[in-house]
Amino acid sequence: MVRAVSAGETAATTYAWAIQADGLRVRAGRRMAVDGLDLSMDTGVHGLLGPNGAGKTTLVRSIATVLRPAGGTLTVLGEKVNGRIDLRGLRRQIGYLPQEFGYYRRFTVREFVEYIAWLKEMPAADTPGAVQRAIDRVGLADRADDRMKTLSGGMVRRAGIAQALVNDPRILLLDEPTAGLDPEQRLQFRALLRELGTDTCVLVSTHLVEDVAAACTDVVLIDVGRLVFQGVPADLAAAAGDEAGAGDSAAERGYSAILRRHREAASARETES
Amino acid sequence: MKIATLIRLRRRIRPATSDHVTAAVLERYATGGAGIRADALWAVEAHLEWCASCRERLGEAVARRSPETMSLLALVQAKLATEVARSPRMRVRRLPRRVSRWTPPGLWPRLAMTLLVLAAAVGLDLADNSRLLPSLVLLVAPVAPLLGVAGVWSAGIDPAHELVVASPRAGLYMVLRRTLAVLVVVIPTLAVAGWLAGASPARWLLPCLAFTGGALALGELIGLRWAAGALALAWTAGVITPSVLAARTPLLLEPASLPYWAGLIAVIAVALVLRRDAYTGLRSETWFVR
Repeated sequence: MVRAVSAGETAATTYAWAIQADGLRVRAGRRMAVDGLDLSMDTGVHGLLGPNGAGKTTLVRSIATVLRPAGGTLTVLGEKVNGRIDLRGLRRQIGYLPQEFGYYRRFTVREFVEYIAWLKEMPAADTPGAVQRAIDRVGLADRADDRMKTLSGGMVRRAGIAQALVNDPRILLLDEPTAGLDPEQRLQFRALLRELGTDTCVLVSTHLVEDVAAACTDVVLIDVGRLVFQGVPADLAAAAGDEAGAGDSAAERGYSAILRRHREAASARETES
Repeated sequence: MKIATLIRLRRRIRPATSDHVTAAVLERYATGGAGIRADALWAVEAHLEWCASCRERLGEAVARRSPETMSLLALVQAKLATEVARSPRMRVRRLPRRVSRWTPPGLWPRLAMTLLVLAAAVGLDLADNSRLLPSLVLLVAPVAPLLGVAGVWSAGIDPAHELVVASPRAGLYMVLRRTLAVLVVVIPTLAVAGWLAGASPARWLLPCLAFTGGALALGELIGLRWAAGALALAWTAGVITPSVLAARTPLLLEPASLPYWAGLIAVIAVALVLRRDAYTGLRSETWFVR
């Protein structure tokens, strides 16, 4: 059967970037975890890199419209995420896999993804098909009717990716999606990312530089809540130059070189002032 | 066009029955089709497509002449059988999924505990034959739903809470829906307990609803878990303990106070609606994260 296309889907977009942050500040507890971040992202796969405590999870949470920005502006799909906005309409177009992915242990994978589809206000008629598609895409079809508590860590992670995909989001936020995946699954996941990146703005937060270098069209590197570097993976690999930085691959050396230069420059500025 | 006409037409187009594939050609076809001319091969295949009896003869010929094909078929059958055994079966619709849209699964232990507390209160009331103390069921009834209500919007009870608050359905609607699920369990239990212990619903129903609504309204300010805890503690310290010590039914639960409870419920309802965005909106704090 041919799916009906709604007017909303064919309407021209009226915004330049799917996600745009200007001087964004977001609080995590008492700490300002994101502190003056400028960032623009559009369709494609964006790898969000940074050391522990750099503010990756806080940034992802604020884009997922969970945390309120404490300052600056954050514009998601042309809507300013500040004060009073139509959160429902925006949230319908976002898929989100939190870092600590909590799930219902007694649910089957299918029941859980169906529940999330219901939470995302999908039409009841489309739900079963969309759920099956999402489960297929992450390669869990043979375990779809098993309870979540019987799954391994990697499978739970994949179920988490399936629930984020189920509503065909325009913005897909994946916080540490590759944790617990075995090498073969990571390769499949990269292929899935490339496929999704053709029409979705995918933001993948990760520690694994090689995942970013392999699957992303864009690298975003942040440190202590600020943007340090944004460019294509080749730029990251080229950033090390001839320096002998820490790391086994060109991308890893580039990552550590960029971070080191940024921190040296920051400490130099501090000693000057 | 009539079906009978269609069948007649079909018979005219199809070859006559005497044109069946000969046994020799069929045997050659079964072993790979070597030595049959290309045009004859097409004719054989076209014939096999509609002629069931020739297909049957082909099956016999294959079984006789081509062991490779037979072993391949057996292999395919074995593989398919394992695939079919592993593939999703038609499920019986289980109850939990329907129910879970009303309550997070972690709420069940809390509801069970509420029922246990009420059963204990009934037991104590029935044991107290001489009616020295005020009815414990009556004293506990206003705060009975709070244990469940505390769990409807908190990360500690609902493991998927972060997904829920980031979803379009998040908001007062979901909170009210889950609260209703709690009340559907607690209020009938209270009614039975009150009937056994001689505490009429007229005396506790309004206070019970006022406390439930009050927890939701206060929860918009300080988080539902804290709100429910604070209200339950206040009622225990301010009403239950003095009443048990003084051995008399508190004035608050006398029928004379009912108009005040009704007024309070109206105020709470207005406050809930005015601040309804608190459950939907963006959070400044990460308190909802475990």
